Amino acid sequence: MRGIESTSRFHLPSFRTAAWLGWQIEANWTDPFLFAVYALIKPISSAAILVVMYSLITRGDFASPIFPYIFLGNAFYIYVGSVMSGISWSVIEDREHYKTLKYIYVAPLHIPSYLLGRGLARFLTGSVSVLITVAFGVLFLKVPVVLGEVNWLLFFGSLLLGVVMLAMLGLILAGITLLIANHVWFLGEGVAGALYLFSGAIFPLEVLPVLLRPIGFLMPITYWLELIRRSLIGEVAEAFPTLAGLSNGQLLGILGGLTMLFGVSAFAIFRRCDRAARERGMIDAVTNY
Amino acid sequence: MADRALAGPSGILAHGERLPKNVGLRLFFQTVFARAYPRLIGQQREKSWLFFDIFLPMLAVSAYVFVYRAIGAPEDYVGFVVVGGAMTAFWLNVLWSMSSQLYWEKEQGNLALYIMAPNSMMAILLGMAMGGLVATCLRAIAITLLGALFFQVSFSVSSYVQLLTVFWLTMTALYGMGMLFASVFLLLGREAWHLSNLAQEPIYLVSGFYFPINSFSIWIAAAASVIPMTLGLDAMRQLVFASGPTLGFAGVGLEIGVLFVLCIVFLVSARALLGHMERLAIREGRITENRR
Repeated sequence: MRGIESTSRFHLPSFRTAAWLGWQIEANWTDPFLFAVYALIKPISSAAILVVMYSLITRGDFASPIFPYIFLGNAFYIYVGSVMSGISWSVIEDREHYKTLKYIYVAPLHIPSYLLGRGLARFLTGSVSVLITVAFGVLFLKVPVVLGEVNWLLFFGSLLLGVVMLAMLGLILAGITLLIANHVWFLGEGVAGALYLFSGAIFPLEVLPVLLRPIGFLMPITYWLELIRRSLIGEVAEAFPTLAGLSNGQLLGILGGLTMLFGVSAFAIFRRCDRAARERGMIDAVTNY
Repeated sequence: MADRALAGPSGILAHGERLPKNVGLRLFFQTVFARAYPRLIGQQREKSWLFFDIFLPMLAVSAYVFVYRAIGAPEDYVGFVVVGGAMTAFWLNVLWSMSSQLYWEKEQGNLALYIMAPNSMMAILLGMAMGGLVATCLRAIAITLLGALFFQVSFSVSSYVQLLTVFWLTMTALYGMGMLFASVFLLLGREAWHLSNLAQEPIYLVSGFYFPINSFSIWIAAAASVIPMTLGLDAMRQLVFASGPTLGFAGVGLEIGVLFVLCIVFLVSARALLGHMERLAIREGRITENRR
């Protein structure tokens, strides 16, 4: 018995159940107070490293446009770790830690929908971290986000498109994770680390050596972060030359196109990986690494 | 080896001769070696891990180097990031392969065997620490060399003797802290994973992995000095970079003294807490408990 084949369409009950399960896994390991502290400390510390580095060199010149560029890029990059790495991490958790992946496979679930549901739970916990980080920046570090001046339509549109794009990247990684035994721990982390470096999340792409810059232009996260910055801080974000020649519409078009491309590829790649993993007996492979 | 294979459970060979039995210090060091062995051999069995262990910290190092370059920092700060990035390998090793280790061992069923066997738990933890330290040293050296090569970092070592002393004391105190945390995390159960995860970025921040610790107020820097990496990094930067002494938190001599005290405090505390954990775990029957 194989449950619902991964070739079938998106399955809402699988998605909903997985999202609920994911939330329970993410949040029920401790009491609400400790969970809140955990959700607060990690993102704030991560942002504070950059804040201290910046203030040390510029002597606290938080009014310079480079500061909100770095701060907001770093804050929204939390979604990459949460959604993209989170979806692939679900495979590792279910297969290696909880040892339940084989039961999930024989249950009447659509596996890609299940994994995307787990990603939704990660998106929710990630959103708490993003919200806290941005609020911290606005309240204490003069990050110039003025609620009345935010282009909300562009913000929510870009956010939705970006999260879908990250989920598709996560599904690709999840498929590859199914086929790997000993290196699964490094996969999500490695890809997230590489994207952090090449997507201009915390510095303009002009700082990269000339040979490495084209990698940044191939990555959808570069365009997504630019749109998020433009929607929140408008002309401050447009002050950097990297993507200044492109309008918001053009950026949305590029991001939408890349998201569609990754969406189609993600389901196709996952299907192939899923079949290969079944053939190789990888669904219940526990390495104890 | 063949004699051991031929001996029965009582340790008596077929011809009546008794196998030599190690006790006391000999058994202690034999246990240390036995627990360090898989950590060293594990590296050889899965060589590709070495690539990822160097590649992942290099990504973070590169990102922080480019941030410094984007905001026009002096070139010595690039060196600070490279050294800090190399030292993250030790912190991650202490967190995931020392502090969380007894918890993993319990999950896999080895902890009960460790406690049943007639050896010191302290020796097992020491073996873990030594094996992990040697293996991590290779990664840290590789990160430093690659970082220095890619970003053209220039070192200016003022005293090799002090540098080696600082490194040795930092590692002793740090791994002593890891031995102490191993018992704490075991008692905390399934929260251990989350605690290890939580103790990354906040420690990178307060210990000044990517910037000099004197950027903080004296009280914050003094409180952060409880973590051996804080003073160790500060002293190492003072000793290997030309601008290091001007950015140091305290004199190298004082930092060496504090690190020495931390070594004693952590090792003695680790021994006391380990004994407490063993008694508690045996009394409450939680050694073989497996709660996912």
